[in-house]
Amino acid sequence: MSVLIDKFDVFAGGFWLTLQICVLAAVGALILGAVLAVLRISPVPPLRAVGTAYVNIFRNMPLTVVMFFAAFGLPALGSNADFLRIPVLDSLFTRLGTDLPYFRFALIALVLYTAAFVCEALRSGVNAVPPGQAEAARSLGLTFGQNLRHVVLPQSWKASVVPLGSVIIAMIKNSALVGFFGVVGDLSQSADQLTSAEGYAFIPVAIGISIGYLIMTVPLGALLDRLEKRQAVAR
Amino acid sequence: MSQQTSVLYDVPGPRQRRITLISSIVATVLLAVGAYFLIYRPLDDKGQFSMELWGPLVDPSHENFSQVWDRIGFGLKNTLTAAVLAIVASLVVGTLLAILRIQLKSLTRRRFTGMATPVAYLLRGLSATLSAVTRVCVEVFRGLPVVLTIFFVARGFPEFGISFDSLWYLVIGLTVYNSVVIAEILRSGMEGLPGGQAEAAAAIGLSPAQTTRMILLPQAFRIMLPALISQLVVVLKDTSLGFIISYEETLNIGKQLIGVLDNPIQVYVVIAALFILANYSLSKLAQFVQRRLSRGRKSVGKAAPPPPAAALTSQAEGAGGI
Repeated sequence: MSVLIDKFDVFAGGFWLTLQICVLAAVGALILGAVLAVLRISPVPPLRAVGTAYVNIFRNMPLTVVMFFAAFGLPALGSNADFLRIPVLDSLFTRLGTDLPYFRFALIALVLYTAAFVCEALRSGVNAVPPGQAEAARSLGLTFGQNLRHVVLPQSWKASVVPLGSVIIAMIKNSALVGFFGVVGDLSQSADQLTSAEGYAFIPVAIGISIGYLIMTVPLGALLDRLEKRQAVAR
Repeated sequence: MSQQTSVLYDVPGPRQRRITLISSIVATVLLAVGAYFLIYRPLDDKGQFSMELWGPLVDPSHENFSQVWDRIGFGLKNTLTAAVLAIVASLVVGTLLAILRIQLKSLTRRRFTGMATPVAYLLRGLSATLSAVTRVCVEVFRGLPVVLTIFFVARGFPEFGISFDSLWYLVIGLTVYNSVVIAEILRSGMEGLPGGQAEAAAAIGLSPAQTTRMILLPQAFRIMLPALISQLVVVLKDTSLGFIISYEETLNIGKQLIGVLDNPIQVYVVIAALFILANYSLSKLAQFVQRRLSRGRKSVGKAAPPPPAAALTSQAEGAGGI
């Protein structure tokens, strides 16, 4: 078990890097997912078709394939994902600014993949609002924006927050894949590194890595359970 | 399609229809231009549309065509084998786990009256401990990434001198995760049933085991069928993780092909299309079953089945991951 103490910095570093990926990917996926959800509920048919196509494609494709696409497709498009070297952010999240593009590629893949699920969570929230609510708001003379802001979105937010949380939990778990795509030093790659290259005993390393992920997923899951129970009572 | 969005909009009048039409045309043109300049042009400049790269995959007269598709077929067969084995195993284990958790939960509520006091306390303590242990196991394996369970299985088993084919590592890794998810789906299905079901079963003299087997489980399966089918999609997608432990599933075969043909984008497009086709039909099946189920219920005049817990299904779907 001494590896847990000797190599604590490796575990802590891996945890920190995984957390960075998760935070960045969650923010990106929420933004892109919200845009997609707007597309999918917009009144313009071609935009709706684009949103639907996007969701169907990315929901039915393994994340592994998306990662491969990011790693091979983006260079073919002539991009090293340098647009992610955002000046202030990359001093906080240092991996964004490094010359090796794998962190950025993995981030893009995770965002693209998760956005499809975020979009579905948001859209199902909007669809869960009873049509009578929006109709009543319109008949009161609220404009489209007022209708969204005061009537539809507050209610849809309640219906989508639990599914959104589950999507984020799933994303945290999916982020374990980036360690197998050239991102050095995250939790899953540390597991590989410590057991195969540095020859530490397997069980303690596995326990340490598992704790790293469980710290992120279990409390979030418990929180969601409580939220869901509270909402079930409130309704 | 247009009715689906009617929550937010009134039925459009002539003016609104005109605006919609015009903005549709503008949007289409903008999208086409954007796709041309941002995707088609850079790809074409790099010669990604040349027959040299696409030929082995789409041109039947190409010398490598049959060989390439033989390999892809081999990969598909391996993917399906792993997926089928994993889903069957996780259904079996998941059902057992769900039954175990339900039984333990009812055991913890029992007072064991009529036994000597120490024995009763012992049994109560034992059932509480077991219940807690299964709960912790479920939480732990639900919270771990599937990549890691597969990786741990493939790395951990040889440490104890047990070694299998990589197929079995993949199947075991997938089963560990998915059986827990399926157990939770079934358990919430059984707990969501009206209490009268179990009470009526007890009243006609069924034992708890019989109640679970004949009354609760069949109904839970029925209600949760859509969630179970979407879990199938998840398993099918997750088999692609086999490349980590160098199991020769479709994606790994794709990597080998790329090693020879040197056309990554084309091969991945084909493989992605295959995955999307399979999973899209499965999700359509899930939707169809869900519609059938809710219709069947209504026509008998019963209440619609409670929807599966949102957190559970969407997390399962989201984990659809990987």
